[in-house]
Amino acid sequence: KKTVNVLNTDLRDIVKEGRLVDDAFLEEIFALMIRTDMGVASASKIRDDIGKKFRARKVEFSDLVGSAKETVREIMQQGSADVNFAESGPTIIMVVGVNGAGKTTSIAKLVYRYKEMGKSVVLGAGDTFRAAAVEQLTVWANRLNAEIITGKSGSDPASVAWQATEAAYNNDHDICIIDTAGRLQTQSNLMDELGRINRLINKAANKVSEGSTAPHEVLLVLDATAGQNALSQAKGFSEAANCTGIVLAKLDGTAKGGVAIPICQEFGLPVKFIGLGETPDAFAKFDVDTFVDALFDEN
Amino acid sequence: MFDSLQDNLKGAFKTLRGKGKLTEANMREGLKMVEQSLLEADVSYDVVKEFMHGITKEALGEKVMLALEPSEQFIGLVNQELINLLGPVEDGLNLSKDINIIMMCGLQGAGKTTTCGKLAKLLMRQKVKPMLVAADLQRPAAIDQLHVIGEQVGVEVYSDRDNKDPVQVCRDAVAKAKADGCQVVILDTAGRLAIDEELMEQLKTIDRDVQPDHVFLVVDGMTGQDAVRSAGAFHEALELNGVVMTKLDGDTRGGALLSVKHVTGVPIRFIGVGEHLDDLEFFRPEGMAGRILGQGDVVGLFEEA
Ligand SMILES: Nc1nc2c(ncn2[C@@H]2O[C@H](COP(=O)(O)OP(=O)(O)OP(=O)(O)O)[C@@H](O)[C@H]2O)c(=O)[nH]1
Ligand SMILES: Nc1nc2c(ncn2[C@@H]2O[C@H](COP(=O)(O)OP(=O)(O)OP(=O)(O)O)[C@@H](O)[C@H]2O)c(=O)[nH]1
Ligand SMILES: [Mg+2]
Ligand SMILES: [Mg+2]
Repeated sequence: KKTVNVLNTDLRDIVKEGRLVDDAFLEEIFALMIRTDMGVASASKIRDDIGKKFRARKVEFSDLVGSAKETVREIMQQGSADVNFAESGPTIIMVVGVNGAGKTTSIAKLVYRYKEMGKSVVLGAGDTFRAAAVEQLTVWANRLNAEIITGKSGSDPASVAWQATEAAYNNDHDICIIDTAGRLQTQSNLMDELGRINRLINKAANKVSEGSTAPHEVLLVLDATAGQNALSQAKGFSEAANCTGIVLAKLDGTAKGGVAIPICQEFGLPVKFIGLGETPDAFAKFDVDTFVDALFDEN
Repeated sequence: MFDSLQDNLKGAFKTLRGKGKLTEANMREGLKMVEQSLLEADVSYDVVKEFMHGITKEALGEKVMLALEPSEQFIGLVNQELINLLGPVEDGLNLSKDINIIMMCGLQGAGKTTTCGKLAKLLMRQKVKPMLVAADLQRPAAIDQLHVIGEQVGVEVYSDRDNKDPVQVCRDAVAKAKADGCQVVILDTAGRLAIDEELMEQLKTIDRDVQPDHVFLVVDGMTGQDAVRSAGAFHEALELNGVVMTKLDGDTRGGALLSVKHVTGVPIRFIGVGEHLDDLEFFRPEGMAGRILGQGDVVGLFEEA
């Protein structure tokens, strides 16, 4: 279905020619890394690490990828993890991010994932703002056979979140996922609203089941095609909503999502899942090695 | 979050004031700073390289003016070159035919559907009667979304929920628009990846079949390095004749616009500056150049000098 569109000279070929690791070669590595959106600092680090190890020597392609894997692992310092599940009672997950990043679709994917594991899921349609956002999530809930709590268009999203949280405890669901409207991190009143939703979820959980704290996971959805602005997104959303992890959506395209690397480093936010298409099964747990392999894939 | 390029450049050109000419040696540090700044603004690597090559040639031998800080003079050159590359502007649409078709295309979530509504609203204000067409039969509730937007703007929305073929939907819509006396038909197509052959073929079929007068690529203002690849592929498939960049109401520097302009060469028509249907503006290269440089007010600086 896909064509591989080779625009740049493939690094594999360059290495095959048996070129030495010199300044020109290191600049090619830098360019390749910049094209993944990892930013100047991370790209320089990978380039310099390769320079230190291999300068004036001939390298194999696998040496390069190996070195980059080490550097990225060192920068990201994360493994592969699912969401933080509640020790008892339902796990409440809140999903946030900028407009059009892939929040609602990622929620459908989470539903599919947890349904496959035999868990029961309730959704909160907390985007009461965007045109037909409630309908969109409702389509997914129906297709995937999950309960959904909705409010009227224009109603208070925090109240939907409250009701969904209550329903999760009262109806013995395993998982509750709350959608929120897309917003830009610079819109301070909308960012404050996320904080309010977050606090109300906690209050609702506490009311129904004393001593509970929620949400257990706040997932920030990032569009893999995003560039350096994603750093500002991570900062803004972390501050406003206490994010605990990242979903990197749209990695099925030609974008590499490299900006996740400095984000992980600066904000200590682990990437938990990646989105690989528009269907609910196009989703996977994040794995550093696969991620770095793909950074070197020049399509 | 970003250091001010201007301040850094001041340091780099400190010793130069009132002294002779700009040379490769005395500009080296400053050039490096501009290069890094452009990369941080998400201008594509190759476009940055080409730009830096051009600007170096342009600046070489330039006499350091007494009236200005050399750093200001240098950044002025850079700024002007960015403006040249982003322009020229083309305000307004050529809507000379009885029925004019505009097709919106782009990656998933870029802002196509919202921009269709904004454009319809703009046309209504110009007393032109538009029709919106729900040609996204893929995304859940995409048709509903366009209907809600159409209602907000007060324009007719054509949709056919039983039809599975967007090409047929577009064809039927154009016929209906003619019958209803609409002057402009705006096609809201589904988001797709440029490497998705099947969906790109579908878009080409719509293009061949209804022969839109305008094909606009909608690009998310937060896009990074991928912009060159995706915009290049859309342009190759469809011969775009306009670009709309959305979500510029935030703090993104929007350097991807330079990449898109570079690979397509088509004019940037509008920018999206919010979720509301009034939030559409004509494009101005001056403001955008300063923004990409992370430099709010370069223009003002030069008008004074
Ligand atoms: N190719 C691809 N498309 C995706 C992926 N995830 C989401 N999308 C598409 O991206 C578009 C936007 O997705 P949504 O889930 O509506 O995004 P959102 O963040 O909820 O958007 P708002 O609620 O409007 O802010 C839709 O067309 C989705 O089908 C992915 O992993 N790959
Ligand atoms: N802040 C801001 N948000 C915007 C702008 N334009 C669109 N959006 C938002 O971006 C999100 C995606 O917009 P859509 O119009 O649904 O995008 P699309 O390209 O039609 O998406 P698909 O049909 O799924 O490919 C929505 O939440 C819009 O409200 C803009 O200029 N600024
Ligand atoms: Mg959504
Ligand atoms: Mg759409």
